[in-house]
Amino acid sequence: MKPNPLRLDGDRRLARIAGPSSLVIFGVTGDLAFKKLIPAVYDLAAGGLLHPGFSVVGYGRRDWDDEQFRSLVLESISAHAREEFNEEVFASLRDGLRFVEGTFDNSEGFTRLAEVLAELDQSRGTAGNHAFYLSIPPGQFPVVTEGLAAAGLAHSVGAGWRRVIIEKPFGQDEESAAQLNATVERVFPPESVFRIDHYLGKETVQNILALRFANSMYEPIWNANYVDHVQITMAEDIGVGSRAGYYDGIGAARDVIQNHLLQLLALTAMEEPVSLDASAVRAEKEKVLEAIAPLTHIPTSAARGQYLGGWQGGRQVKGYLDEDGIPADSATETYAALRLEVDNRRWQGVPFYLRTGKRLGRRVTEVAVVFNDAPSHLFPEVKQQQLGQNALVIRVQPDEGVTMRFASKVPGPAMQVRNVTMDFGYGHAFTETSPEAYERLILDVLRGDAPLFPRHREVELSWRVLDPVMRQWASTGTPEGYQPGTWGPPSADQLLARDSRVWRRP
Amino acid sequence: MIVELNDTTSTEIQKKLIRVREEGGAVALGRVLTFLIHTSEPQEEKVISAANEASREHPMRIVVISEPAQSSSSQPRLDAEIRVGGDAGASEVVILRPVGQGENFLPGLVNGLLLPDAPVVTWWPNQCPTCMADSDLGQMSQRRILDSLELGDGFEALSAVSAGYHPGDTDLAWSRVTGWRTQLAATLDYLETEHIDSARVVGMAGNPSAMLLAGWLGLALGRDIQLDSTAHRGIGGVSEVSLETPDGVVKLTRLDERTVTLTVPNQPDFTLFLPRRPLESLLAEELRRLGPDRVYGDVLLNGLKWVRT
Repeated sequence: MKPNPLRLDGDRRLARIAGPSSLVIFGVTGDLAFKKLIPAVYDLAAGGLLHPGFSVVGYGRRDWDDEQFRSLVLESISAHAREEFNEEVFASLRDGLRFVEGTFDNSEGFTRLAEVLAELDQSRGTAGNHAFYLSIPPGQFPVVTEGLAAAGLAHSVGAGWRRVIIEKPFGQDEESAAQLNATVERVFPPESVFRIDHYLGKETVQNILALRFANSMYEPIWNANYVDHVQITMAEDIGVGSRAGYYDGIGAARDVIQNHLLQLLALTAMEEPVSLDASAVRAEKEKVLEAIAPLTHIPTSAARGQYLGGWQGGRQVKGYLDEDGIPADSATETYAALRLEVDNRRWQGVPFYLRTGKRLGRRVTEVAVVFNDAPSHLFPEVKQQQLGQNALVIRVQPDEGVTMRFASKVPGPAMQVRNVTMDFGYGHAFTETSPEAYERLILDVLRGDAPLFPRHREVELSWRVLDPVMRQWASTGTPEGYQPGTWGPPSADQLLARDSRVWRRP
Repeated sequence: MIVELNDTTSTEIQKKLIRVREEGGAVALGRVLTFLIHTSEPQEEKVISAANEASREHPMRIVVISEPAQSSSSQPRLDAEIRVGGDAGASEVVILRPVGQGENFLPGLVNGLLLPDAPVVTWWPNQCPTCMADSDLGQMSQRRILDSLELGDGFEALSAVSAGYHPGDTDLAWSRVTGWRTQLAATLDYLETEHIDSARVVGMAGNPSAMLLAGWLGLALGRDIQLDSTAHRGIGGVSEVSLETPDGVVKLTRLDERTVTLTVPNQPDFTLFLPRRPLESLLAEELRRLGPDRVYGDVLLNGLKWVRT
């Protein structure tokens, strides 16, 4: 890129706006497109972060015309956008909305798409810059990417760029991930492939980097000398619901641990990167993932469960096996917990406990760094273990923020101590609504900035951690049942009890 | 909730503030800065409501020193008002009304009400000390905000401001052109033109924002910038900016209060949503970064000389 004379050094008021471009959504008829992607595009436009010629092309099997598509987009924006509805913003977006009817395996559809994109290059000045969002099952990636290639859409013409965005799951194990990757990279060069893990677009996840590296009080104690263990939790209180078809056979570990939780672990445990550039951050994350010790004895380092029917929060709920679309003998786990160790100097002997599940006590995602016990000779409470360990909890959602737990004197004549918490809530300190994860991620794709997108190597390394567990689970036994609204099966508690620890209640 | 305190002191206000907070459950923690506003009484509500709005992005304690419109001969005293909860946006507001001019030394008045450790920003909405940094309030603030649009003729105002400039000073007339500047810079980003043959700004006569925009272009391009002050009244300070490039003209033209037209070589014209911004949005932008705005200083000191009228 040539230097821009108007970007003076130190001019931090000027936002970077995405240049002229379009976003083509495959699988536009799905929930994600209308609930997340299109509202996010609108919010970006309302924030003035998109070029006025920015266009969105929907590709799908319905026989909609542009007008029908536009009214659906309008509905989706009114229902789900974060920013207030604004006539002018929508009007400019509206002119760039197109719908192309086509199937994934039919070249006519792709030819029509090519025509529409050529027309947009003219009428909206999108200049050959197009991003393809594959909001479709991974099984269909090959046919779509081949279709794009055959229509001449996969390779950039002139100065324009072509990018492809794919969503998890990135395969079901290391091997299938590699195949999937080969399929996509046969058509698009690696730097044009953007893997979206929407968790990484969340403000609080990015705040892990800020908390650790923009402060000087945490980093000195962020290691095995002071940290007793780390617990990373992502819990949902809902059941499998409408995702039954996708979920069965995949399970909690593949669905959540492989991507979200291992990414959170990587951000929590990594060394300080040399810069915040995509490649520098990625290099550090890869090092941590690579340093995770291979699990040698699965039964003592992993636990799994499946929710039973019962009463949860005042309502009777079905057990997993009774859910619609789930085979009655399914061995898919809806709860998974792992005990991992990161084999490097910083984390030697510090276990990282990861857990995720459905129908748990409440919806919460957090990273808890639990510190060593204080010396006990001064305060009997410490000795009697009435006083918990100090903990620093990064709450990813909901009620985003950071909590610190420490001991304080109870007012009164006696020297008595008790745990108190110090709480920082994003909602208190920054009352502006945080941008949705998808806004940040779509903007990054359009600007070609990729610090928050995992590369294939990271995907591969995280499968390497999980694969032995999945193999073991597939070959023996079934998941242990747990009551809905609890924090998982007894075997998960034993996982920590073996180390004389307990799960904290999130 | 609004609490009135007549004939009071800073210490009493502080005590009351803590009590109100405890009683009302309005836990005013997580404040990021103290925002001082030095205004005159008739302007009070307008500026407080703008600051309250801005506090949604920057939770802060707002301390307003409101000078009575007429000097009174009554006994010098301090009246105050505390607003928290629904009456104060995401902030807490303390309004100080010193009665009987001249008796109140400003730093002594507000020092007890500043948040510990948090940065202090002072805003003079409709008047301005000749040198902000040397003023009593300016000396205790990291950042000092004025609005040269309120200071009469633009050229005179800006030359006065630049004479007293210190890093940390800033001007709402400068934030008013951020949208224009962003669009111009973004357009050059993708046109990839380094070379600009000439540039021209059309704006209202005596408008400081138009001058600052022209000055910024002059500084960035290192050449004379034509400032045409013939724009008709009623549609904002800046009405058009054009850059002459080897490929053609890049031009932004204001259509109405909310939109501008973007003209770019080899592209269709676009209507761009670029509304004129209310006070609260300008303040929110100013409070986003508390370090000195070096580019503003540079424009003020070295950019304006490139402006040709």
